[in-house]
Parts: sequence; structure tokens; C-alpha cells
Amino acid sequence: MSGKLKVRVDQERCQGHARCKSLAAELFDLDEFGNAHEIGDGAVPAGLEDKAWLAKANCPEIAINVTEE
Amino acid sequence: MSNHAPVTDWVHDFDHTDPRWTENPFPIWDELRTASPVVHTDRFLGCYMPTTYEAVKKVAYDTEHFSSRRVIVRDVRPDTTQSAPPITSDPPEHKPAKKLLLPPFTPDAMKKLEPRVRAICNELIDEFITDGKCDAAARYTKHIPVRAIAHMLGIPEKDSDLFITWIHEILELGIKDDDTMMRAIHAMTAYFAGHVEDRKKHPTDDLISTLMNARDKDGKPLSDVHVLGSLRLLLIAGIDTTWSAIGSSLWHLAKTPADRDRLIAEPELMPTAIEELLRAYSPVTMAREVMKETAISGCPVKPGNMVLLSFPAANRDPAMFPDADKVVIDRKENRHAAFGLGIHRCVGSNLARMEMTVAIEEWLKRIPDFRLDPAGKVTWSEGTVRGPRQLPILFGKAG
Repeated sequence: MSGKLKVRVDQERCQGHARCKSLAAELFDLDEFGNAHEIGDGAVPAGLEDKAWLAKANCPEIAINVTEE
Repeated sequence: MSNHAPVTDWVHDFDHTDPRWTENPFPIWDELRTASPVVHTDRFLGCYMPTTYEAVKKVAYDTEHFSSRRVIVRDVRPDTTQSAPPITSDPPEHKPAKKLLLPPFTPDAMKKLEPRVRAICNELIDEFITDGKCDAAARYTKHIPVRAIAHMLGIPEKDSDLFITWIHEILELGIKDDDTMMRAIHAMTAYFAGHVEDRKKHPTDDLISTLMNARDKDGKPLSDVHVLGSLRLLLIAGIDTTWSAIGSSLWHLAKTPADRDRLIAEPELMPTAIEELLRAYSPVTMAREVMKETAISGCPVKPGNMVLLSFPAANRDPAMFPDADKVVIDRKENRHAAFGLGIHRCVGSNLARMEMTVAIEEWLKRIPDFRLDPAGKVTWSEGTVRGPRQLPILFGKAG
């Protein structure tokens, strides 16, 4: 069993491709310019772990970090 | 207007306007990639091409050595270029120019436009569905993006044919024919100048007015040159590109019944499939100009040369994408670069995705069975944007 996951969007790297929001709207949201940020403190609710990894695997700018606590 | 000699040595003398490249570029890119991560041609007054995903990414990220002031590889390099901010902007001018255009193109903004696009698709299908066949490029894919961007800009959808002519002259003929390109740019500028003047007297709620009301970082209105340049960009970038992406997608589905049937049976797969079609048939190749000597993936590059920045070739790199030459509509990991990488990420990417999704969904609803017409010929556009320009399709099951 893995520990709890946390996602974080690197604001310097994000260019607003919006892939994360499309794949995991529960974990990511966009600002008025379309750039992404994690929702709340980025804690991934149980059952959404696959979506967190999927978002990371599809970010063209490698802007998403997923960490295990 | 000059005609180019046929290519006999792709690795040392490539030419992205050669008819063989236009027809089927994929084996050529594989050959170039196998030879070197960066290749060079003396054509176009000297031009490099990064062939791997890694090399394309390095050029896209490196705004110190590579400028965006020229974004099309052409036979000539006139001193004065017609700027179209932010695509032709470098840092530090790029960021404020781009920021102005981002809010109207967010996914939420696109949701508001989606019903109009769905209606456009159905109006077009109504015109040919009883014929049992159509040229899908000429009668369907061509008209969707141009009408959508006209709707956003607040200019008449009925002027679409005019826009398509200008864009053909700028993006295709313009590579080899400077006079034709400049004439089209001036005609487009005069067209938009008229609409800007109208709005000074009668303000509207559209993208032209948004740009006219925008303020720069010092709180001043944008210059007319900036506004007109950005308007030209939105029209040029918003039409051929998505026309091509929708066309290539329909072309793939016409010759791949298994993918078509799966998308109809599993509509939730559509977003993943759209990303894979964007990867496999990326329409847009950009350019940079080398400003300072540097090295890319170990290959020296020298100022004075252009760079053909082929996101489509990057997306076919097997080092980045397993089975890169196959269309895998449920591909899980897909960091494709169809909309570019780094600061110049396509401002219209959310619009393009929405138009592609709606255009394919509505087509599949109305015409679930279709195939390429063996009596017709599929033809492809040349140069900067690649997609089908004739796409003869028969409706219904074969036989």
C-alpha cells in the first residue's frame, strides 16, 4: 500500500495546456488565464490516485509533481 | 515565384515543400531522425531541423538563442517583418501580449461557444448528407474553424471564403512568393482596420473590441499596429490549423473502421482519442531564427539560419512515444507537442480541441459508417500546416 498522495503544479513551468484539468478536474483547476493550479492543498482523496498519476503523465511541460507522504 | 529542385538527399538537402514530404512526411522524418538529432539544408537561405522530441523541446524552450520574429520558413527573409504579437514576440514583450489573449480562450470560454459550433457542424452536414458522399475537406472541415473564429471576432461568417483565400496565400503560396503574401497581409490588415474603425463609433462585445479595450502594462491602449497584428494572427492561426486537424482525424477514421466503431461504442474515450489524433497528425510546423551560436543535442547551430520547428516530427519520435508510428486511440501517456512547448503554447489550443471534438462527434452521430472514396484522391496542403485539402468520402457500409 502506498501513502497519501499530494499534487502540485509548478507555476514557472505551467503554460496552460489544461491537460490536467481535463483528466482530473477533481484535483486541478485553471485561473482566468487558463493556467493550472492544484485544488486546495493538493491532497489527493482516496480513489483518485490514478487520476493524479495520469495528469502527471500527460503534462507536456512536466509541470506536475506528485509526492507520496 | 520559384520552383524548387526535387530533393535527392534528404539528410543534407531537406525541403518541406517537396511533393513527397507533402504526400507522406513520416518516412522522411524517420530517415532524418536516424541520421542526426539536427539536420541542415542550404535551401531557404540556410535552415536547420531538429528531428527528435528532445531537440525540438530544447529549441522551443531556448528563447535566448532562438527568436520567434520569423515563424515561417520561406525562400526570402525581408528586413521588415509583419509582426503578429504574441506569436512573433520574444521575451520580455511576449508575456504581456500573450496575457491579453488568454482569457477569451480558456476551456470555460470555449464551453460558451460550443453550441454555436455544434450548430455549424449540423448546418454543414445537412447540405450534403443526402448525396451519400462528399469531399469532407471542401464541404465540412474547411468551414468549421473559420465560422467559429469569425463568430468570436465578431466579423461576418459569410466572409469565410475571403479569409480562406488570404490564408492560402500567406501560409502556402507565401513560402515561395513574397508579392502574393504581402498583398494578402495588406488586404487582411485593411479589412480589420475597417472593423476597428466601425467599433470606435459602435462598440461591440467581441474579440476585436476586447483587443481595442486592452491596456498594456503602463495602462495605455495598444497601438493600432499591435491590434491589427494580433487580429491577423487570430484569423491566420485559427483556421488552416484546425481545418487540418479535423480533416486528418476524419481521414484516419474513414480508413480505420475499428477506431470508428470503438469511438461510437465508447464515447467517453473521445478526449483521449483526440489527443492521440493530435499527436499522430499534428498539423502545425513553426519556425525560429538562430540569433546566437549554440548547440542543440550536440549539434552546433549558427546565426543567420532559420530553424524548421516540426512539432509533428517530434510527436513521431519513438524515443518519446512507444509505437510512435501507430495511432493508439486509448494511449494513456501522451505528452505530445502538437500545440507547441514553452512560452509559445498555442493560445487557441482549447478552441481547437473543442472544435475537433464537436466536429467528430457530430459527424459520427449523423454518418457513423463511411470510407474513403476509391474513385477520388486525397490531397494534402504544403509547407507550414499539413492536412487534407481534398477528402472524398462515401457514406454507408462498403459493398
